[in-house]
Formats: sequence, structure tokens, C-alpha cells
Amino acid sequence: MYSRAYKTLVSAPPLLWVALFLLLPYALMFAHSFWTVQDGVLVHQWNLANYQKLLTNPLYAEVLFRTMRIAASVMLSSLLLGYPLAYYLSFHSGSRKELLYQLVIVPLWVSYLVRGYAWKTILGSEGVLNGFLQYAHITHEPVSFLLYSPFAVVLMLTHIYTPFVFLPIYASLEHIPRPLVEASQDLGASPTSTFFRVILPLSMPGLLAGATFAFVLSLGDFLAPLLVGGSSGTMIANIVQTLFGATYDWPLGAAISVCILLMTLSLLFLTERLEKRWSFK
Amino acid sequence: MSRTSPTRRSPLLATYAALVFAFIYLPIVVLILYSFNRDGVGGFPPQHLTLDWYRQLLADVPIWDSVLNSLLVASGAVALSLTLGLLAALALDRARFPGKALFRRLVLLPLILPGIITGLSLLMFVVLAGLQLSLLTVLLGHGTALISVATTELFAGLQKTDRAQEEASLDLGATPWQTFWRITLPNLKLSLIAAGLLIFTLSMDEIAVTFFLIGRDNTLPLEIWGRLRRGITPEINAVSTLIFAVSVVLIVIWYRIRMRSVGTEAQHLLERP
Amino acid sequence: MSSAAIPQPVSVDANLPLLEMRAVAKRFGSREVLKNISLNIVSGEFLTLLGESGSGKTTLLRLVAGFEQPTSGEIWMSGEHLDTLPPYKRRVNTVFQNYALFPHLNVRDNIAYGLRVQRAPKNEIPGRVNDALNMVKMAEFATARPSRLSGGQQQRVALARALVNRPQLLLLDEPLSALDANLRKQMQSELKALQRQIGITFLFVTHDQEEAMALSDRIALLRDGVLEQVASPREIYAHPATAYSAQFIGQTNLLQGEIRRSIATCGVLRWPLEEEDGPVIFSLRPETIRLCPEGKRQTNEVKFRATIRQQIYGGTSELLEVDCGAGQLLRVRLPACGPLTGEHDFVFSIADAIRVAD
Repeated sequence: MYSRAYKTLVSAPPLLWVALFLLLPYALMFAHSFWTVQDGVLVHQWNLANYQKLLTNPLYAEVLFRTMRIAASVMLSSLLLGYPLAYYLSFHSGSRKELLYQLVIVPLWVSYLVRGYAWKTILGSEGVLNGFLQYAHITHEPVSFLLYSPFAVVLMLTHIYTPFVFLPIYASLEHIPRPLVEASQDLGASPTSTFFRVILPLSMPGLLAGATFAFVLSLGDFLAPLLVGGSSGTMIANIVQTLFGATYDWPLGAAISVCILLMTLSLLFLTERLEKRWSFK
Repeated sequence: MSRTSPTRRSPLLATYAALVFAFIYLPIVVLILYSFNRDGVGGFPPQHLTLDWYRQLLADVPIWDSVLNSLLVASGAVALSLTLGLLAALALDRARFPGKALFRRLVLLPLILPGIITGLSLLMFVVLAGLQLSLLTVLLGHGTALISVATTELFAGLQKTDRAQEEASLDLGATPWQTFWRITLPNLKLSLIAAGLLIFTLSMDEIAVTFFLIGRDNTLPLEIWGRLRRGITPEINAVSTLIFAVSVVLIVIWYRIRMRSVGTEAQHLLERP
Repeated sequence: MSSAAIPQPVSVDANLPLLEMRAVAKRFGSREVLKNISLNIVSGEFLTLLGESGSGKTTLLRLVAGFEQPTSGEIWMSGEHLDTLPPYKRRVNTVFQNYALFPHLNVRDNIAYGLRVQRAPKNEIPGRVNDALNMVKMAEFATARPSRLSGGQQQRVALARALVNRPQLLLLDEPLSALDANLRKQMQSELKALQRQIGITFLFVTHDQEEAMALSDRIALLRDGVLEQVASPREIYAHPATAYSAQFIGQTNLLQGEIRRSIATCGVLRWPLEEEDGPVIFSLRPETIRLCPEGKRQTNEVKFRATIRQQIYGGTSELLEVDCGAGQLLRVRLPACGPLTGEHDFVFSIADAIRVAD
């Protein structure tokens, strides 16, 4: 029904755009990772110096592992918060479902900065939380570990990504035909048993998608550490950011970025394979 | 609509859900509250409520300059992303070409990749092309990152339209071009508005990609970010509160429109990032 | 069907009902879906809840299954209060309308689900599952996923999954409605044979009166949440209690008229009837009307002349629409006799005009 001219006209511009502003930039970044900087000047000499540096210098491994720990913590805590919330909305909220759904997605799209800033003001030694604790005579001195620590980063990112994790899980849960739940109970399974045998397995695709999303985005986050992380909460993306800023070493920064990119892509690929296995069409 | 399942009311779960909701909203509530606090951003409880910070905000010229910049970029991003996103959605819906699966993934990639990757790679491109960092480069970044949003929304809208309508149009003598303008596009009206609203909101709030592509003129998030380095005052709370309020309105409108275009159940089923 | 290793349920006193519904009512918001239903189901019988959509038949089934609670009234099974139990504690199993097979489990695991969840002895499970598979003739599909099965095959699996648990009562929610006509007929006879063989009590829901007639020991006709009539198929057909019953089950002619001084008059038809004066409705089945060959009429028959307006050939029979005069139309079913036209004499026995309530 659609002529070749139509199809070409329609596909060409986005394809060109994607090639020019996605593929090409990624390729550039890839290329940069094999170059070096000498005396403040970019040298287009192909070598593996950057990757060697990454592998040999323990600093990078340390920061990377810390980043992965933080990302894993964010993933786990947003799952712990987001899954029960999605389950409640999907199965238990009755007539208030629409309203509650809107209440969840609204903060999702509201500025990352606004939400991160809120945590900054809450967690500081002079912050709201400390003020409250002292006011309520729970503590007498400011608690200092709250801010400028990996804990703060995890807390902030969990706050940001819980709605993100909620969405695909909720979609998966809504997809489950209610007769299946009835059938399970009809055959003698209690609600708990039904959850673990029927609902959880069938919500796996959404769970995997949400978990991946939270992990991957946390992995590459550089703003949260800058806001609430302090020196102990620095993550790998901060190193990249400084390499592109004050410490002028684009090739090294590109090398780390390539690593982040590859890690992300392989995770996405793995999740996709798992999702396929777990989706029962 | 499916029948509600026979699960008993679970007060434990309801309490837990309420706590999660509280966790999500409490920081924002605190933020808004303290925008009225005379004595600064921390401490407890807030006393001496005042509108001074809002007054100060109104007089803050650099902020409003950055708002204007953000509006310019956001409008451009909407135009750019919608156009390309519409074409991409049409291509995905109707055309078959080699590398289609790859194309689909590539388009969706900026949505799932950390912003730093998109931002840095575009920075390298910009340098290679010899462009100056400016609002234009920011627009480039937003456009590229947000095409995926447009594509997803419009693709969903296309799937919902009745293919037979276009066939009927052709049958009655209209050319494909006429059919596109008279039939396809009007059917997508709601999807286009919804996508546009969302892209606008996301562009106004975008910070990660913008961080690397910004020139001398700041967007609103970057202006606030700069302020944060210099010291925190409740004026920042005030502007954050306003941002929040506007975002809420836009998001609720977006949601309502999207529900009308796609239907409630389908709406929830499509929410995959 | 193969001889099932599913044992007969312990024989109960044949007079003691298995399931008792006592004045059961159900309301959704302001809508009264079921009003004062009292019905007993006898152990080992095949009882069908028959009715149009909205009659409340599915709701009643769900009340027995446990997915809804009665607004008032009680349900008792085997002398125990049933409606206070959650679905997973009732000795009742359901075959769902769209089968509700678990997509993430294969056929064997679907069937074994109930046994596993109720912690049946592990060494018993494979045997019982295999027996169930053989009973519905799905043994070769044991490792298949439901998505690979046709509608009829899924239906068999759903049946096996329910029956393997040896419930006291099996509920079937329009299980054949998604199948095409031929498959449906086939499944009907298999279902009937199966029920006879294993002896489990079936409570079957359908809107298809032919299906109900073919399968049931008794039919409970529901109309707007009220039991219109409960009787065996033959009984309902031959002696419908109301006009609705007469029309819903099989075809009929409803003759409206009045009795005056021991004469029943319905349009142009009149016959003597020893009953009190008053308005009356009769149900007259089309097949009870015959052609009258030589104008001979017995004393217990009614004869009338009518013009043939329409004739529909149906293989073994013809369905005629005839005009008795003054616009009174009747349907007559005759054995296949070739095309007929014009005016003819018809006759029916007075006894075949069954008096029905409004």
C-alpha cells in the first residue's frame, strides 16, 4: 500500500539523523579512546595507552566497583519500593487506581535537579532532617554521615528511580489476566502462594526492565555525586566529567566512557535475552 | 475491563504503599515548605514564613534570561523531535528495510543510556564539526535524545489508528500525500500533542546532556546548577517550587490527553521506558 | 474416553443434596443481580444454569467458586458452610471460560498445579497427572506450552487441571462457547460421557439452550436474577412453567387469549377447556401441529385452516409460517414433505396446548 517513494521519504531523514548524531558521535568517542594527549594537545596516534592505564591503575577499579555497588544498591532498593507499590496499585487499589497511578508518574517527570536539590537540603548537617532530629530531641548533634557519602547518593538515586522501576513492573502486572489469579486460587493456592507461583513469574519481564533501567542509569550518573556525594561518593562518571573538564584528557575520558557504554550495552543485551525467556506469549 | 481479583484487602500492603508514596513526595513537600522560610534552607521547624524569596526570584534577571533560553531550546526540541519522531514512527510502522531492528534500537538508545554518554559523544562531534558551543548545540543534544520519546508515543498512536481509513481514502481517489494530511495526521493529533508536551517538559528539565553542550547562555537547570556551587538560599527553593508546579500541570495535561488518544488500559501497558 | 482412574466420590445418601443455596442474593452497588435464589444440587448430577447474558448465571457460579460473596443468604456444601471459605479452601474447582491456563507452565505442570499447591504426596502426583492427561486424550502434549495449543486442546487441559484434584463439585463457565460449531458438538458428547463415567457433580453455565438440553440432568433457567424453572430437559420442554421458559427452550407458539364459560379462545382458535374464566397463555410447540389429511378431526383435537406464508427447509423437517387469518401467525414444524403453497388444514391435540404462567 505504501510506495517505495513514500517509504524512502519517511525513513531517510530519521535514519540520516541517527547516523549523523548517534552513530558518528559514538564512533568518534570510540576513536578518541585510542588516542592520547601530550602537553595539552590531542595526538591522533593509535594506541592502547588509555586502556592500559585503566587496567593497571587501581584507582579506576576502586571507583568503578564503588559505582557498581551504588548502582546495585539503587536497583535493589527501588525494586523493594517499586514492586510492592506496583502490586498494590494493580491488584488492590480498586477505584482509586487511576488517581494513584497519576500520583506516581507525576514525580517521575518532574525535574531531576529539583528532586536532587531537595535531598541536598534535607540531608546536610544544617539540613532539615538534622534540624528535625534535634528538634525532636532524638539527637543532640548533627549526624554527619547523611550527606556527602555513598549513602546519600543511593538515597537520592533510589528516590529518583523508584517511579522508573514502578512503570514497567506495573505494566507487566496489568498484563496478567485476572482469571489466572482466580484459577490459581480455585486450584487451592493461597494468595501468597499465588503471588510466588503465578504473579511473580509473569511479571518478570517488567521487573527485569525496571531493574536494568535503574542500574544502568545509576551507573552513569554524575550529578548525584556532585550534589550529595562528596569525595567519598564519587562515581565513575565524575572521573569522566573531570577528564573532559579541568583535567584535560579527552582520550582517557573517552576510554572510560567506552567501558561504561560496553557495560551498559552488554547488560541490556543480557536483559533482553532474559526477558525473551521469561515472556510467555 | 477485567474483573477485580478476589484478593483480600491487605492492610500491611496498603501501609507499605502509603510509606512509599510518602518517601516519593516528602522531599518535594519539604522543598516547597522551605521556599517560604525566612531563615534559610535548613533547620527545623520553618518559622517566619515569607514570600520574600519569591519576590527576590521575580527580580532575578539571569534566572529569567535562562528561562527564556530554555523556552527557546524546548520549542526547537519539540519541533525537531516531533518531525523526526513522526517520520521514524511511520518508518517503523510501515516500511521494511535492512537494519530496521538496529535502527529501532539506536533510536531508543539515548533514552536508556546515561546522559553523559550522549552528551560527551555529541560534544566530540561538535568539536569535530568546528561548531561553537551554544544554545544551538544544546538543541542538537535535546533533539537527538528526545527523538525516542516522540517515536515511542507516535508509534503507539499509529498502532491504534485504523489502517482501513487510509485505504478508504486512497480508494476514494486521494493521493498518498493528501491521505497523509487529511487522514493520518488528524488521527495522530492527540498523540502529537501528548508527545509535544512531554518533550517540552523533558527539555526544560534536561541537565545531563546539556551539561556538556552548553555555551555562554545558560538554560534554567544549568543556571540553577551554577547557583548551587555558590551557596544555597531559599530562592532556589522558590524557583524549584515553581518548576515543580508547572511540571505537574503539564504532566497531568499530558496524561489526560494520552489517555484519550490511546485508552486507559493501553496507556498503562505502554509505559515501558 | 478411557476408563478413568479417578475414583467415584464416596457415595452419599442420594437424598442429601451436595450443594444447597439458601435464599442467596447478590447486589453490585445498586444493581440486584441475583434475587433470592434457593437451589439444591444433587450429588452426581449434571445441572446447567441456563440464561441470557445478564441473567446472573455466571455470578451464581462465581459465588459457589468463592470469587464473590453473597450479599445475603448462605451456601452449604456437604453439610458445611461454604460461603465463609476462601476459594482455595473449597473442594470446588472451576473450568474457566477462556481456560485461564498458566502461560509460564507446560501442560503437565498446569495440571499438576493444584496437586502441588495442596501438597499432595509427591509420589502420587505423576500418576494422577498422567491419568488426567489420558482421560482428556492430551498425553502427547504433556510438555507443550498452552500458547501452542488450539482452543479445543486448551479446553481439555483446563478440564484435566480441574478434575485431577477430585473436587466434590466441578464448575464450568461456558467452557465451549469459544469453540466452533462442530468441535462444540463433539466436546459436548465427550463431556457428557466423561461426567457419567467419573460421577463428579457438574454445575454448568451456558446461554445455549440446545447445549443445556443435550448435556443436563436438570436445567435451572435463570431470568433477571430469579429462577424461572428448574426441571429435567424433557420436563421443561414438555411442560414449560412460564411463557419465558417455553420460548427460551426450544421453539414455541405463544397463544394468548381467554377462557370464557369453559371455552378457550385464542384468536381464531377455540376449544373446550374446563377451567376458570380469565386471561390465559398457551404454549404450543410447532412440531405438535400436523397437516390434517381428510378434514377429519377427533374430539380432543383442534382444527384450523391457514395459508402458508413461508417455508424453511431444514433437512429432516420443514418449518412453516402460516397465517390463520386476521394476522394470527403460527409456526408449524412438519416432516420434510416438499414445497407447499396455499391454504391447508392443520390440526393439534388440545393436550399439547400447555397452559403457562406469564
